[in-house]
Amino acid sequence: MIRRRTFLASTGAAALGTLAAPSVLRAQSGPLKIGTYGGYFEESFREHIYPDFTAATGIEVESIPEPTGEAWLVQLQQAARAGQAPADVSMMAQVPRIRGERAGLWAGLDTGAMENLGNLPEHFVHAYDDGRTYGTGAVSWFITLVTNTDVYPEAPDSWAELWDPANENRLGLLALASNSFLLEVTATVHFGGKEILATEEGILEVMEKLAEVKPNVRLWYRDEGQFQQALETGEIPMGQYYHDVTGLAAADGKPVRSTFPQEGAVLDSGSWVVSRASEMLEPSQVFIDYMAQPEVQAKLARFVGTAPTVPRELTDLTDAEFAAVSSDIAPILPQYDLYIDRGDWVNQKWTEIVTG
Amino acid sequence: MSAPSEKPTPGWLAALPAAWLAVFFLVPFAIMLGVSVAHRVPGGFYEPGFELASYARFLTPFFGKILLTSVALSAGAAAICVALAFPFTVILARMGRRAQTLVLVALLAVLSLSEVIIGFSLSTLLSKTAGIGNFFAWLGLIAESRAYTPSFFALMTGLCYLALPYAVLVLYPPVSRLDPELGEAARIMGASPMRAFWTVTVPMLRAPLMGAGILVFVFTLGVYLLPQVLGQPAHWTLSVHITDQAIFQSNLPFAAAMAVLLLIVSLALVGLTLLLGRDRAGAA
Repeated sequence: MIRRRTFLASTGAAALGTLAAPSVLRAQSGPLKIGTYGGYFEESFREHIYPDFTAATGIEVESIPEPTGEAWLVQLQQAARAGQAPADVSMMAQVPRIRGERAGLWAGLDTGAMENLGNLPEHFVHAYDDGRTYGTGAVSWFITLVTNTDVYPEAPDSWAELWDPANENRLGLLALASNSFLLEVTATVHFGGKEILATEEGILEVMEKLAEVKPNVRLWYRDEGQFQQALETGEIPMGQYYHDVTGLAAADGKPVRSTFPQEGAVLDSGSWVVSRASEMLEPSQVFIDYMAQPEVQAKLARFVGTAPTVPRELTDLTDAEFAAVSSDIAPILPQYDLYIDRGDWVNQKWTEIVTG
Repeated sequence: MSAPSEKPTPGWLAALPAAWLAVFFLVPFAIMLGVSVAHRVPGGFYEPGFELASYARFLTPFFGKILLTSVALSAGAAAICVALAFPFTVILARMGRRAQTLVLVALLAVLSLSEVIIGFSLSTLLSKTAGIGNFFAWLGLIAESRAYTPSFFALMTGLCYLALPYAVLVLYPPVSRLDPELGEAARIMGASPMRAFWTVTVPMLRAPLMGAGILVFVFTLGVYLLPQVLGQPAHWTLSVHITDQAIFQSNLPFAAAMAVLLLIVSLALVGLTLLLGRDRAGAA
């Protein structure tokens, strides 16, 4: 029923738009191209978010599935050099978002035209050094400790499980320092906090500690699908993975669970940014502003399983709904500058010590 | 030298592939060379410039080991593929015409499978939950099912599965054209079948055998998905690291420098093989 209604509403809006604007103009502008991570994310946005947005604003959306943030960043950058924008608005994880900022890839936004930005906490409104705003927090997601419920009838409660010799050859971990954030996890679990990551000696010490998990790691994955399938079958029964996708798989009846470890889950987020090559800056701003509404953030939590980027008080999420996408345990926040300013060094040492 | 009018094909026809090669190989290669000496902006992308920092970064024991791993894996796959494909092709060439066609069609069908499908199929076949481990356990060969992937064995199986059809297709034409009377003559003069095979058949096919080996070697050097799916981190080839740098670290200069070095090393090895082959052929 909901689908049918939104379908009628959106076609109605499109028809109105066609009547109101000269057809040539519409042909030139085309739909607003919005990129989100391909697969489950992109499907959820296409199904639950874009139809309502089009109904509310009359702006047609073309959904673009993105590869991983880093790969998409390279594509956006190369395309922008040629004056092209494969997507106008893109959802970007924080490391590629900051890399794009350093390269001046994102278009400045007119905050005066975006009344909902005030809902977002300061750290979710991104600005260049000269003060120009260029992006906002889109969704937050947790990377948690996941297990196959057939193989592990009891839920684990600590990241320390990764080091347990009993889990030999049973783990699936993300292959890169900059998307696994295992350095932060190791520092929190074994060194009492992330302070040790301030120096190169400290980082090396953390890497040596993390290297002790190697006998337990069956798979260092780059591709999410590769691990999820192995987790569901019990082939690789434990690892780190995304809380939202795991929750959806569990809701589908798959024998998997996502646990917030007592040391905290890793809290990462995606942000909306606009390519400087985009000619659709104005509708892009309308979209970014629309997404900063508490109602839309609550809808994301219900349908996409992500944590809201606006404070919880502003939303109408119930305790149960909020608990499903977040946790009271203080999260482990990634130390993004580690992968930006020291990126090449960290990557080199990571390859030599941890995965090498 | 024959007169131009007697040539079966006009000479200018060669300009077409030459132009193709220039546009689609030399120009991209020149761009790659240009990028490989560009200046890497830490935390950003790169800016035009000339520096050898990316090459210098590669010249460490760590990347030397990775290069060696890549070359050894490909060389191993080449040796295994040729060793399997050669007797296979000899037997194939002696089969009836209809059977030959069927086998060749089956081989061509294997070529239509992508690296992704081969990788994931093999990882399932060798898995603990759905793989042959269950069969072995059922037979009583092992106590309980176990996984045979990721491992060197799994990776090598994948590489050989991927490349074997190419080796067969390179060997098939010369093997099928081989004059059977030569082998028979050797037999009449008292050579055993094995001896005739080693002293008559193999030397006559040295060039195609080497060609098949080189093709498999070069082909498997570029494989980057199978090592991730079927191999352990120790088996991640240079191609995997090139992808990591280009896509995940946005470090195109370093990725380009690694690609250039990989190309140089593989060309050098192919050249060396051809040179050795020619000397031995000349001495024989």
